[in-house]
Amino acid sequence: MCGIVGLLLKNKALRPRLGELMVPMLIGMTERGPDSSGMAVFGEPVMNSHRKVSLYCGDAGFNWRHLEGALLEFLGDAQFEVKANHCIVTSKAKPDEIRAWVGRHHPSVHVLSVGRSIDLYKDVGLPSEVAARYAFKNFAGSHLVGHTRMATESAVTPQNAHPYTAGEDWCLVHNGSLANPNSIRRMLEKKGIRFESDCDTEGACRYLHWRLDMGETLETALEHAFEDFDGFFTLLMGTEDKLALVRDPFACKPAVVAETDDYVAIASEFHSLAHLPGVKHANIFEPKPSEVYSWSVQ
Amino acid sequence: MVSSVKAVKDAVVFDLAVQPLRELNQYLHGDLQGVKGVTVENPDGAHSIAVGMNAAVQVDINGHAGYYAAGMNQHASVVVHGNAGPGCAENMMSGRVEVKGFASGGAGASAHGGLLVIQGDAGLRCGISLKGGNIVVGGDVGSFSAFMAQAGTMVICGDAGDGLGDSLYEAVLYVRGEVKSLGADARFEPMADTDLATVKQLLADAGLSHKASEFKRIASAKTLYHWNADSKQTY
Repeated sequence: MCGIVGLLLKNKALRPRLGELMVPMLIGMTERGPDSSGMAVFGEPVMNSHRKVSLYCGDAGFNWRHLEGALLEFLGDAQFEVKANHCIVTSKAKPDEIRAWVGRHHPSVHVLSVGRSIDLYKDVGLPSEVAARYAFKNFAGSHLVGHTRMATESAVTPQNAHPYTAGEDWCLVHNGSLANPNSIRRMLEKKGIRFESDCDTEGACRYLHWRLDMGETLETALEHAFEDFDGFFTLLMGTEDKLALVRDPFACKPAVVAETDDYVAIASEFHSLAHLPGVKHANIFEPKPSEVYSWSVQ
Repeated sequence: MVSSVKAVKDAVVFDLAVQPLRELNQYLHGDLQGVKGVTVENPDGAHSIAVGMNAAVQVDINGHAGYYAAGMNQHASVVVHGNAGPGCAENMMSGRVEVKGFASGGAGASAHGGLLVIQGDAGLRCGISLKGGNIVVGGDVGSFSAFMAQAGTMVICGDAGDGLGDSLYEAVLYVRGEVKSLGADARFEPMADTDLATVKQLLADAGLSHKASEFKRIASAKTLYHWNADSKQTY
């Protein structure tokens, strides 16, 4: 079992309150996923010449100041934002250069996300603990994708927590389990796509990104996924300007959507939406199986 | 425990924003003699609200309920003034459960008796393994509804998804809208006078005003009742 939450703010005036509105949603999904949780937040994009790279280290005592100094020397120019075990590096450098440098000098540090809009946090612990560790309540932005995990098919580690990312400004969370993740992985690995965890969800994330990378629309990529994914899934995905949601043909895993003039909120259960302003008058519905739902940032 | 319960006229009120769910359910499982109604405020999607009722009282849930609302109901009349999560009224034995909004998957699963009314749409697997209860759905039902339904009746005022009535036993289904596909061994049959009377009565019980003549009957062709070694593709 796992919990999914998503929030897209249509009303720009609410964007400074994105985190504050989301934290009770995430904590509301604690029973569905008490072992780890994560959050991808999409905010105002950095300049086209720059990229943001979210870094994570499992070692609580990691010396980020040391990494900052050495990485700054390597890159020449960069900004750093450190929170607990997490650091966002913003620079003009190619993300792959940063990834390679980190891999060489700090093998215990992992790249969680890359993009102009996305910041990504994920860690083990209760959703309330993870939210407090990284001050989720202070997040501002247009939309987000969050997850609470109850591990069923791979170990409880930060790497196996969701959201998963691939490429730039793309993330995915999953409630369910895929029966053929290894077939998907083998197919993608032959095309030179690298995996970083042993979680079935990474297969779904990299499969869809592989199709997007070939120029397919998200909707077309998801139509292919219905043919190629065997198993149970409610998937919530985020891009720089969109949230998208699908449920498997048997709708094995729950999802509910509440939409008002101000926001679109998605959760595994209504329990996580009950606190939202104006939810009593929201259009509330259950997404149908095998249908692609997507919402764009205005 | 009773000291924290607020009595308003004849109705007892529980506010789940400040009272634990367990307090409500323990109260509902206690001696309810003389209690006419219980109102639940701020359900906010909590699970298992009013499960295991065994008394002829009215329970009004003012908002949206989570998983398993009014499961295993006996005698009580439970109304969800909102939407219900998965497994609403599953294994109901008697009484009446009404959902004013939509109900998620597995509504009325394996209900032995009583009446489940869903004014909105029902999700997938509504009435799966129905064992004698009656279900009236004002809107559409999702795929695989009434799968292996053994006894009882379903009245569907809207459309039905894929595989309706797959491997039906003796349960009978009535559908007013379109059926995307029938499941194995389910077939349309002519409406007899007794069917019209059954549908008319259930629509009246549900407070719906459709004409019974607008419904089509679906029942088991009974080709799966006996093993046939030559037709394994059928199963």
